[in-house]
Amino acid sequence: MGLLDVIDLTVEFPTRRGTLRALDAISFEIAPGEILGVVGESGAGKSLTGAAIIGLLEPPGRVAAGQILFDGKRIDRLSSEQMRPLRGRHIGAIFQDPLTTLNPLISVGRQLTETMQAHLKLSDRDARTRAVKWLEDVGIPAASERVDAYPHEFSGGMRQRVVIALALCAEPRLVIADEPTTALDVSIQAQIIALIRNLTQSHGTSVMLVTHDMGVIAETADRVAVMYAGRIAEIGPVRDVVLSPGHPYTQGLMGSIPALDVRVDRLRQIDGSMPRLGSIPRGCAFNPRCVKAVALCRQERPDLMPAGATLAACFVAADLAATGRV
Amino acid sequence: MFAFIVSRILQAIPVLLIVGFISFAMFAFVGDPVTVMLGQDYTEAQRVALVAQLGLDKPFFVQYGNFVWRALHGDFGMSYRLARPVGGLIAERLPATLELALSAALLAVAIGVPMGVFTGIRRNAVLSRLFMLFSLVGVSLPTFLIGILLILFFAVQLGWLPSFGRGEVVQFQHWSTGFLTSSGRRALILPAITLGLFQMTLILRLVRSEMLEVMRSDYIKFARARGISQRSIHFRHALGNTLVPVITIVGLQLGGLIAFSIVTETVFQWPGMGLLLVQSIGVADIPVMSAYLLLIALVFVTINLAVDLLYFTVDPRLRSGGKR
Ligand SMILES: Nc1ncnc2c1ncn2[C@@H]1O[C@H](COP(=O)(O)OP(=O)(O)OP(=O)(O)O)[C@@H](O)[C@H]1O
Ligand SMILES: [Mg+2]
Repeated sequence: MGLLDVIDLTVEFPTRRGTLRALDAISFEIAPGEILGVVGESGAGKSLTGAAIIGLLEPPGRVAAGQILFDGKRIDRLSSEQMRPLRGRHIGAIFQDPLTTLNPLISVGRQLTETMQAHLKLSDRDARTRAVKWLEDVGIPAASERVDAYPHEFSGGMRQRVVIALALCAEPRLVIADEPTTALDVSIQAQIIALIRNLTQSHGTSVMLVTHDMGVIAETADRVAVMYAGRIAEIGPVRDVVLSPGHPYTQGLMGSIPALDVRVDRLRQIDGSMPRLGSIPRGCAFNPRCVKAVALCRQERPDLMPAGATLAACFVAADLAATGRV
Repeated sequence: MFAFIVSRILQAIPVLLIVGFISFAMFAFVGDPVTVMLGQDYTEAQRVALVAQLGLDKPFFVQYGNFVWRALHGDFGMSYRLARPVGGLIAERLPATLELALSAALLAVAIGVPMGVFTGIRRNAVLSRLFMLFSLVGVSLPTFLIGILLILFFAVQLGWLPSFGRGEVVQFQHWSTGFLTSSGRRALILPAITLGLFQMTLILRLVRSEMLEVMRSDYIKFARARGISQRSIHFRHALGNTLVPVITIVGLQLGGLIAFSIVTETVFQWPGMGLLLVQSIGVADIPVMSAYLLLIALVFVTINLAVDLLYFTVDPRLRSGGKR
């Protein structure tokens, strides 16, 4: 059992034209201290997965089936008031755009102390001392002076460092980082990723790292989940998923990455595009684009099955693995 | 910040001069003050003396200069109707209007803001729908009708509150206040509601739509993701970010409340400037009208300055001005 167990998580959006199933029976786990990378094309459901875990799905989106267990306890049925003490304290979140995730009217120190004091018994002075310490830890120069500064007084990269401090300051055991560098200048993306990796490692924090950057995944993650059309196509140790992927979709992603510095959404070698939610084909969602599809792939939807060192939702890969011709 | 205040005051001067010019032009060209002041029987010598006394024989711009100079000293000439200095007349009426406008504004903010926050957060609650219905009534009913309905119900039918006047007032130097006597406070209730109702519903709707907007923002989502309490999210994180537009509107509306309390003052026979203006317009009492115009311009300019200063306290992005 992991720190986080997601079991058959299904997220639906009721609409006038019927119910859209945006996440379809997703299962994975994250062990304590582990970094799980999550990749997939735009719209695959990466952000929804994170939002469901932290209990911040935007209505009318809702968890329609499945379970989310944190530390062995179900958290998917909690009311938002019951969920509040967990957010920030046990499960933190880092969002994409640091320019919009900080409240412009509240000083960064105040945002930090408020977050810590929402969860930890801290005097104002202790909270402030810790706020300065956190700003130092995330690499803000002259932290003791900058603690009273407002978000607009920081550059984009510095703001994302503040966001990271905010996400970690109540010492959560799991952090969901949803594309934490997408909005940043290319030159500082690596620094921010390194910062997240180092800080979470030193605190033993688990991370769910959503990104489009395969290079980041290869360097940072312990395991990878590849998502496709609201399902997990393949999941496994990062080495195996990158070097010997079982799912033809993952193979397509990896096959074209000579130096791994390619973004998932720029991949062109897989013909066609991911189906929209309302028009996911029968059988395997990937079958119209798949060069290896067999008749079964158009009939039945594959679950995750062992395919070498990884789990892949693919009949062909599972068959290959079973007959020993990996 | 200091430089900003100075520049704003400098900007206000031309505005006041232009309004002053209009009000002077009104004074000089609308009607003939000399015949009005002299009445039926007068000699040519009397007329010439009065023309000289009023400075009407001087060149136009000298007259304007004199007008501005005298206005700066609070001298706006004599009321035709009451044959008393206009400055004194207005000073007498000012407290009544200011107290009414202020009470109405307080009422509008104190009730409109919480209602707006509530309807913004619980948009589907039954109470929210009731508030919105109420705001529709407030926006669409004309002021005089609201006043008359209130009088009919609370003064005539129930007899709880007076239907006109200001009640007993207490005099401090030049200021007469109705806040200190119970009859003064009771007399204030209906006019303040009448005057403030429109503002209240406006603020309600403004706060509501701003709240809806802000609650969707990333920083509110991030605050939620950090486990910040509901109350802090609603009142510190969200409400704070709705304040800039709300302050703007409340400020402008306060100016409007003072300037346009005319209807309410007429309905309730409230002895303020609005009532004075209505009575003066009836008999073309130009000096009172032009002084009133100037005063209102001054009120708006002052309020705008106060609003700008409030922005600074609310929004740190403006405070650090020069820096990034
Ligand atoms: N409010 C909503 N109503 C209907 N469908 C929605 C809603 N929000 C999200 N979806 C759908 O859910 C799917 C998954 O969205 P999600 O934001 O998780 O994608 P993602 O993998 O994070 O993509 P990206 O890389 O662009 O961030 C998308 O197809 C999207 O259209
Ligand atoms: Mg996303």
